[in-house]
Amino acid sequence: MSGLKLDSISMRFDLPNGDHVQALKNVSLDIKTGELMSVLGPSGCGKTTLLNIIAGFLAPTEGAVLLNDHRVTGPAQERGMVFQKGALFEWMNVRENVAFGPRMNGVPKSESAGKVDHLLEVVGLHDFKEKAIYELSGGMQQRVALARCLANDPDVILMDEPLGALDALTREKMQGLVLKLWKETGKTIILITHSVEEALLLGERLLVMAPRPGRIHKEYRLPFAEMGVGADLREVKHHAEYAITREEILNMIWDMEEEIMGRTEGAA
Amino acid sequence: MTILLIYIAIFVIAFLAVKFVNSRLEQRHDFTSLKTVTFGDESAVTANRTASVISVIAIFLIWGAFTGSKLTPLHAPGPYQGKGQFDYVVEGPDGQRDGATAFWQVEEKKGAAEDLEITGGDGFAQNDALNIIKYRSGQLRWDGNDEVRRRDGARIVEVNGQPTDFDPNRRDENGNLLQDRPTFRIDNGTATLTDKGALLITPYQGWQMEPIWLPAPEAVWGRIVEIAKEGYQNSTLLEHLGWSLFRVIVGFAFGALVGIPLGYAMGLSDWFRGWFDPIVEFMRPVPPLALIPLVIIWAGIGETGKIILLFLAALWIMTIAARAGVSGVNITKVHAAYSLGASKWQIMRHVIMPNSLPEIFTGARVAMGVCWGTVVAAELVAAEKGAGMMIMVASKFQLTDIVLMGIILIGIIGYGIDILMRRIERWLVPWKGRA
Ligand SMILES: Nc1ncnc2c1ncn2[C@@H]1O[C@H](COP(=O)(O)OP(=O)(O)O)[C@@H](O)[C@H]1O
Ligand SMILES: [Mg+2]
Repeated sequence: MSGLKLDSISMRFDLPNGDHVQALKNVSLDIKTGELMSVLGPSGCGKTTLLNIIAGFLAPTEGAVLLNDHRVTGPAQERGMVFQKGALFEWMNVRENVAFGPRMNGVPKSESAGKVDHLLEVVGLHDFKEKAIYELSGGMQQRVALARCLANDPDVILMDEPLGALDALTREKMQGLVLKLWKETGKTIILITHSVEEALLLGERLLVMAPRPGRIHKEYRLPFAEMGVGADLREVKHHAEYAITREEILNMIWDMEEEIMGRTEGAA
Repeated sequence: MTILLIYIAIFVIAFLAVKFVNSRLEQRHDFTSLKTVTFGDESAVTANRTASVISVIAIFLIWGAFTGSKLTPLHAPGPYQGKGQFDYVVEGPDGQRDGATAFWQVEEKKGAAEDLEITGGDGFAQNDALNIIKYRSGQLRWDGNDEVRRRDGARIVEVNGQPTDFDPNRRDENGNLLQDRPTFRIDNGTATLTDKGALLITPYQGWQMEPIWLPAPEAVWGRIVEIAKEGYQNSTLLEHLGWSLFRVIVGFAFGALVGIPLGYAMGLSDWFRGWFDPIVEFMRPVPPLALIPLVIIWAGIGETGKIILLFLAALWIMTIAARAGVSGVNITKVHAAYSLGASKWQIMRHVIMPNSLPEIFTGARVAMGVCWGTVVAAELVAAEKGAGMMIMVASKFQLTDIVLMGIILIGIIGYGIDILMRRIERWLVPWKGRA
């Protein structure tokens, strides 16, 4: 079967004081090739942990991740990552950053150059090819990160709050770019976000996770991502169903946060 | 102390003057000048160039003023350099008194001035003449030409109109004087009776420093030119400095060559960290100077010993810098590189090494500074060539100008090394502090 399969994953961190944190419990999921899935949930519910397990940076204490029927045991170029920030290489210019993946995999420069140029064109950085990373704004840096990830042609793209450090306007533009790239490349994308609006816009599937232990609380299938491709995202937000779903999810997360607060207060 | 006060005074005056001039000039309107809160805002504080220039000039002015330099317009009062005379009265053993006059003059060096011509004088005490070397005192054996000698019981009872009852012959059973030795005021100086009854004449010394303590700037400059041309202790100036630099560079290079890989290993492997942590942590606080004796015992005073010493001085600093460089790698960069298909070696080569460069450069700057200090110290102890050896030998012969020259050159080179390292750093690590 092609696609990504999470088979009842549990993750337990043992703490130095003998305690332990159940970061994830029994998470199972099937993601088809080309799906765009956003993951939402209160802070500390295990979103990053889940993504790191899929990326292969962490081995789950139980369960397994299968990509196209083979088991994930470590990081590999079939699963690309886009981090919130700080993951670009400052000692390389924009073009070298994007060309990093092909270069590491032994693709000759002459072969990769065209693709790198094309990707820079797609993310709108063609005129900044030779610039140093520290000369770029935060939004431009995230475009470089997206292009760098795509240059390797991964099967799955994993994003951990990729737009979290950007201002609202830049963020909206970047959301459009993510949708465009998703449609053009047909990649499977899993995107973690803090923002309910972003999760609604950038998720064909939307996963709401609950904390302690981290688990899947509810799953939605939404039409907004499809609607948003190449369209004005603000139009999409005016959709009646959008507002209803947003309220529902906001309430859901609000309740979870309340519960966490209540629990810690009760414990204190 | 006084010099320090003068230095501070120059700054206060200069500060007020510059402030006054600036307030007259048109205000600049850049970002910093429009800030209203500058006290406590580090970014608003830059070194005032005027102050820096005044700082350097003031040091030279004070140096020149207190050494009688020809380069500076103002001088602190110098030592008295002319002639002088005073009257004194001698009392013979029989109680008879007679007056005489002592003539003295200050000479630049011993034998530089002709002896003063004197004419006898009446009575049993004859007039005397004395040449005194600049900055020194002179002992006047006033009875040398008299009919009655000190050993016969003659003594001075009055100098320049100031009477005394001091008698060098009055002593206790241990032979100690019973009275304090009196000091008399004379024109342009003082005269003191010695415990043998002679007169010690000290011309007015002034505030200037003797060249043997502190030579004038032009004397030091003259030495630089002279030694640059003719060399010192069988080597030219360039050779001396070159040898010191050579040792530093070789020692540092070996230190970096071993230290950086060791630091990387400690940053990347539990085993290496556990293995070398105790050694590094122990060696780090040991000042390299403390190793000099041991290195001399083990490797002798030759080149090998010095290079081993500098190697050890650089090694721990570079190890720690490289280790810190590895620990400083943002884990997301490493994760990103793995996800892009990089192998361990590629991570090392393309992520860890470039990312640790800023730390390594900081370490290299510190290490070069320490090495430069250590090489000079090591050469002070034992060397045939080198900047430290040059000033050590010169100090044995009291050639203060060479010592000062050496110190200044050592300072300039040390500063030059640091500037050079910063240049290289800015060129190789342009992203430092901007990521
Ligand atoms: N290395 C770790 N050691 C111990 N606990 C951890 C570790 N990493 C994460 N956790 C815990 O696991 C839980 C989930 O963390 P995380 O996945 O970062 O949450 P999220 O990304 O949703 O905010 C948190 O309670 C966190 O404290
Ligand atoms: Mg997180």
